[in-house]
Amino acid sequence: MNAILHPYEVTQEEDMMEPLDFNRRSRLKDVDKSFKAEITNVIRLTEMEKLFQLRMVNEDEKNRFTFLPGQFLMVELPGYGEVPISISCSPSIKSSIELCIRKAGKVTEALHKAKRGAVVGIRGPFGTHFPMEKMKKHNVLLIAGGLGLAPLRAPMSYVIENRADFKDVYIFYGAKDPTQLLFDYQYEQWRRIDDIHLEIIVEKPDELWTGPVGLITKLLDGIEVDPDETYAIVCGPPVMFKFVCDRLKEMGIPMQRMFVSLERRMHCGMGKCCRCNIGSTYTCIDGPVLDYWSVMNLKEAI
Amino acid sequence: MFSRLLIAVHHHLRKDLIMIFKTIAKEDLKKLFDVHLKDIECVGPKQVAASGGGQPIYQFLPFESFDEINLDHEKTEYSAKTYFIPFRETLSSFKFNNGDWTQEINYRKQPRVLVGLHPCDINALVKLDKVFAKDFFPYPYYLSRRKNTFVIGIDCEKPCSDGFCSSLSADVVTHGFDLFLRDIGDKYFVKVGTDRGFNLLNKINPTDITPEERKTYRKKTKEFLAGFEKTIRVENLPNTLDIEFESGGWKKWGDKCLSCGSCSMVCPTCYCYGVSEQVSMDFKKAEKVKQLYSCNLFDFAQVAGGYNFRPARETRLKYRYYHQHRGFVESFGEPMCVGCNRCGRACLAKINPVDVISDLQMEL
Repeated sequence: MNAILHPYEVTQEEDMMEPLDFNRRSRLKDVDKSFKAEITNVIRLTEMEKLFQLRMVNEDEKNRFTFLPGQFLMVELPGYGEVPISISCSPSIKSSIELCIRKAGKVTEALHKAKRGAVVGIRGPFGTHFPMEKMKKHNVLLIAGGLGLAPLRAPMSYVIENRADFKDVYIFYGAKDPTQLLFDYQYEQWRRIDDIHLEIIVEKPDELWTGPVGLITKLLDGIEVDPDETYAIVCGPPVMFKFVCDRLKEMGIPMQRMFVSLERRMHCGMGKCCRCNIGSTYTCIDGPVLDYWSVMNLKEAI
Repeated sequence: MFSRLLIAVHHHLRKDLIMIFKTIAKEDLKKLFDVHLKDIECVGPKQVAASGGGQPIYQFLPFESFDEINLDHEKTEYSAKTYFIPFRETLSSFKFNNGDWTQEINYRKQPRVLVGLHPCDINALVKLDKVFAKDFFPYPYYLSRRKNTFVIGIDCEKPCSDGFCSSLSADVVTHGFDLFLRDIGDKYFVKVGTDRGFNLLNKINPTDITPEERKTYRKKTKEFLAGFEKTIRVENLPNTLDIEFESGGWKKWGDKCLSCGSCSMVCPTCYCYGVSEQVSMDFKKAEKVKQLYSCNLFDFAQVAGGYNFRPARETRLKYRYYHQHRGFVESFGEPMCVGCNRCGRACLAKINPVDVISDLQMEL
């Protein structure tokens, strides 16, 4: 029998035997392998969202793991399932990976019950990233609505760490009401950074709220930037980024210089399962970060 | 490293060298299965039932003896994709131990022989190769099955009543098989696609083709190609689909659609899937299972929190056509559909691609 058909062993392919090179596509690998990561801290942000700090268990994997701002991970909770979560921290910090996770479904609900020390699995990073290098030497508008602050925190950390490379930096964040504001313990720290314009707005203020009230587009009214020298990153629910991007378009910022991050259901993260398909675009491979022009040309994108 | 792998994949799945043609006696093909391949799992088209009208119904199923299969079958109801991307497949399993876990991944590598695949079936595999073996993130689950499967195809005697494969250039095959047969009377005319196909063929005394056999082969092929009745025009289809995105025609077909997903199940190229996890009764193990899905099912594009990007039936039906004839063209330069019309046959609401696409192209 073997003389006729020689069994082929896919695991013996050279690519399969080499250690994983994170963030490299087009390599034959154990695509389903989840890398173990320990939850080192759980920070409660609001009723619905928690920040999980993870550390990869294997020292070698930890050292080799890299990602770019805007990319996401497939987070595996063995027995429950796997969910796509955008990475919410600076790419330069090697010791920990931060994920801001809203309780929204079966897996995330289980994750919210997980305690410090629990071990989850991660695959990735997957997807496109914000073009941080190209944005250098330009003004940067970082705009988030609601949970959009989670993916925005990665490029934001990058900009803050490399402040000298950018011209004017604006951070605008809006939420429904003050109880839904994420990372409120960090605002003071961001405000103190020299020459960063931070504005936070809520739709429905409570008695203690002293900041601006209204929709996020209101914050754009007061600013003056040279549209030819400006990039924008907009993260949030589709209706929000549509309004914001249209407003930015009116200000004269080219659509190719506005970047948004899309959200879709994903079951693989690598362009196979088709669940995140929009027209012919895979959110997991061609996205989640896309420029606004591309998004406007996708059918059913928003 | 990867380029070397790609070359290996190319070398195996596609051979652009001169195709080697041989002939074999019909009884020798029987001998190949009943003697030389008797210890290997062999799968071929078997008649499983007959329709109300008395038409035989075929499926690709394992067989013990060559007499059990019908190489002159018209078309199987299900496609052969199930042997490469099975309906349900375990991706990995987890074992729990004192709050920790280990993950185990296995790839199927038992050899298998698949015989009786028509050009549509093989062209479908070639398209799946593009997605699973050559694109970003090559998929070891698929690759292991594909490379451990020996594919023997056979040309159709005549075009099937509802097929439109010729419109999609899926009526002829040039690669993607090990051996490919055409019935030329008392013999089979054989195209040899791979070295292992060549080695296997040598077990059953192949003979060089005679000028007569060559003539018969060409004549039969010509007759086959001239016999198509169903056709669609796909040259400008991606553009038409873009322009007609808001067309009322989608609502017409969407209203008929039952959102059952049968079309995707029988389709030889539909590969969308969902992943879920199942925990064992004693909570000591869990399995991560991949299951084929259909974009026509209600929750296909539903996200966490409940928002559904395609809640209406027409938008889901439309999406399936967009992926097949627009998205796949953008990614790979050719439509995903091979024109076998299995979806049309399986559809309970009598929706079929020829009608939907013609309808769309007629609208003005």
